[in-house]
Amino acid sequence: MAVSDSPPTAPRSLWAVRAALAARSFKQSWSMFRGTRIGIIGLAIILFYLLLAAAHPILMNTVWDEKIYDPVVGYAFDETRQPAPPSWSHPLGTDPLGRDVLSQLMYSARSEFMLGLLAALITVSIGTTVGAVAAYFGGVVDTVLMRLADIMIMLPGISVLIVLSALIGVEHFELALIIGILSGFGGTGVVLKSQALSVVVKPYIEAARAAGGGPVHIIFVHIVPNLLPLSFLYMMFTVTGAIFSEAVLSFLGLLNVRMSWGLMIHTTESAGYLLQVGEYWWLIFPASLSITLLCSSFYLVGRSLDEVVNPRLRRS
Amino acid sequence: MARYLIKRTLQILLTLFIFLSIVFFLVNAQPGDISHVYSLNPDLPPETRAKLQDLFGVNEPLWKQYLVYVKNTLTGNFGVSFSLYPRTVADVIGERLPRTLVLFLTATVLSFYLGFALGKIVAWRRGGWVEYGSTIGSVTLYTVFTPWFALMMIWLFAFRAGWLPIGKFLDPVEWREAPTSANAVFNQMIITMIVLSVAIFAVFLFTTRKRVAGARLIQAGSIVLTAAVVAGVWIASGVAHLAWDIVEHMILPVGTLTLISFGGAMLLTRNSMLETMREDYVTAARAKGLPEKQVRDRHVARNALLPVVTSFVFSLAFAVDGGIIIESVFSWPGMGQTLISAATTEDLPLAVGAFVFVGIFVLVAHLAADVLYVYLDPRIRY
Repeated sequence: MAVSDSPPTAPRSLWAVRAALAARSFKQSWSMFRGTRIGIIGLAIILFYLLLAAAHPILMNTVWDEKIYDPVVGYAFDETRQPAPPSWSHPLGTDPLGRDVLSQLMYSARSEFMLGLLAALITVSIGTTVGAVAAYFGGVVDTVLMRLADIMIMLPGISVLIVLSALIGVEHFELALIIGILSGFGGTGVVLKSQALSVVVKPYIEAARAAGGGPVHIIFVHIVPNLLPLSFLYMMFTVTGAIFSEAVLSFLGLLNVRMSWGLMIHTTESAGYLLQVGEYWWLIFPASLSITLLCSSFYLVGRSLDEVVNPRLRRS
Repeated sequence: MARYLIKRTLQILLTLFIFLSIVFFLVNAQPGDISHVYSLNPDLPPETRAKLQDLFGVNEPLWKQYLVYVKNTLTGNFGVSFSLYPRTVADVIGERLPRTLVLFLTATVLSFYLGFALGKIVAWRRGGWVEYGSTIGSVTLYTVFTPWFALMMIWLFAFRAGWLPIGKFLDPVEWREAPTSANAVFNQMIITMIVLSVAIFAVFLFTTRKRVAGARLIQAGSIVLTAAVVAGVWIASGVAHLAWDIVEHMILPVGTLTLISFGGAMLLTRNSMLETMREDYVTAARAKGLPEKQVRDRHVARNALLPVVTSFVFSLAFAVDGGIIIESVFSWPGMGQTLISAATTEDLPLAVGAFVFVGIFVLVAHLAADVLYVYLDPRIRY
């Protein structure tokens, strides 16, 4: 990867070479990824929920009447009693407040994805920077950052979020920020630092320094790109954590959101249908199963990426 | 070893101090203060309002308030709970901390024991359906939406089958004419548990270290004997049916928490075993002609235990969170439920107090895990 920034004298430009290299390594990784069956299962589940999320605005604009199918303020006028069992017009029935469960499920899928992506991006940008900086400078900077990481690792995330939700109104953005800070300065930062340590001692870092590159240049141009595969892996685990935390908090009724899978179960609970699993299965299973499936799918993808990135786990 | 312990304890005290400070400044960063709850009353004359603010000390400079807060926290004075007025926060926590400790410790020990035992078998049979099925199973347990899983357990074992009570800590009907308080009985139960486990552990240690002949027989005999003695003492005390009531309420939450932590422990053990199996000394042990079971248990599993313990330290926060969720679903009146109900009723002194105690608990558990690690790995000497 140590391609210097000299003017391109070769017939192919620098970017073309880089793109070709990237494509080749992607192809290799993909074939390895395909070999792990669990990764494919996870990817299929993620794609399924992406489709659900994408289909919701389309359905709302074409087939579904907004008065009936709105996930938050809609009311199923066509049913005589709520919660109504599944029918052709409401494939997953309605909730105790007369809202369509399928519509709620699809609407929430989009915000879960956005929350997961946001939390993962914040985590990884903090974690990669922390790891690279700690590994590059060492000494006092390293000590301070790693002691901070110790504290972050010890903090139980859900408890922190519960206390914070009593103090400030927590919405999706705040949630993603808190998760990102906890995990980025904590566990993810530590793992990325240990990887960065093996990058820092490579000859091309020495070369960059000899050529007069400053710390900022070296960290962001030479160290961070080499951490990206591992940080991509940790993005997957962060998504699992973020979706799980969101679901738990909104299940406990501590989150300021309009609609989410956790909130759907919270509604079921406060209406008193929680233990009637047999009679009112559509109030409990769709949302809970979605949370479980989406969490485990990102986890499975992360696990199989782990086998791709980490040569020690490969089957020989 | 002693030096390491002192250093680690100092580090943890420093961490605790930073943690307390963060909590204080978080609370103080909020607009308004506690005196507003009273002084917003329009009937109050201005001088009363000023007096109230003096009384609460909210007019003092922030650093002075901070010092008072640190002093109060260190002396265990967390103030008075709003929602459970006039009980003090320390009193509420003193009642509920043991319940959480028992729930958490039992489940953690059980899940790691089971996870390790099963994980090493699964790693040994790589590629078969056993590995495939158990991996999927533990991933599901690891990522399952905890409240839903707990609900399903309640529904299955308590609601449909009716074998166990649905939630809560005890059955009020049984306790109406109880001679003692629930906490007294519960504390006796904790003491019993500790005595029982120490006795059994000592016997196991003695028989395996000294290689006594008929070790199995002695172990089984000692378990039966201690159990009989404990049962006899309890029956003689006359509150055995009350203790049994608490035990009945404990089975389901402990079981659920065990299952949830079990998945993670098993996956960890499996991965750690797979990495250890590539070491040269494993090949050497096989080449010597040792039986497979001995290679697995003596040569691979023992070395594979170390990363599991390390990761256990990292997963502690996860386990504490799991405990909090379980407590809220099972209405188990421990620290987690206290934290959640304090947060939802905006009972700030109780929320902060419970949070500080959860933090202290995690810190102490970290210290314990560190010490255990040094004990397990003879290569580490401080």
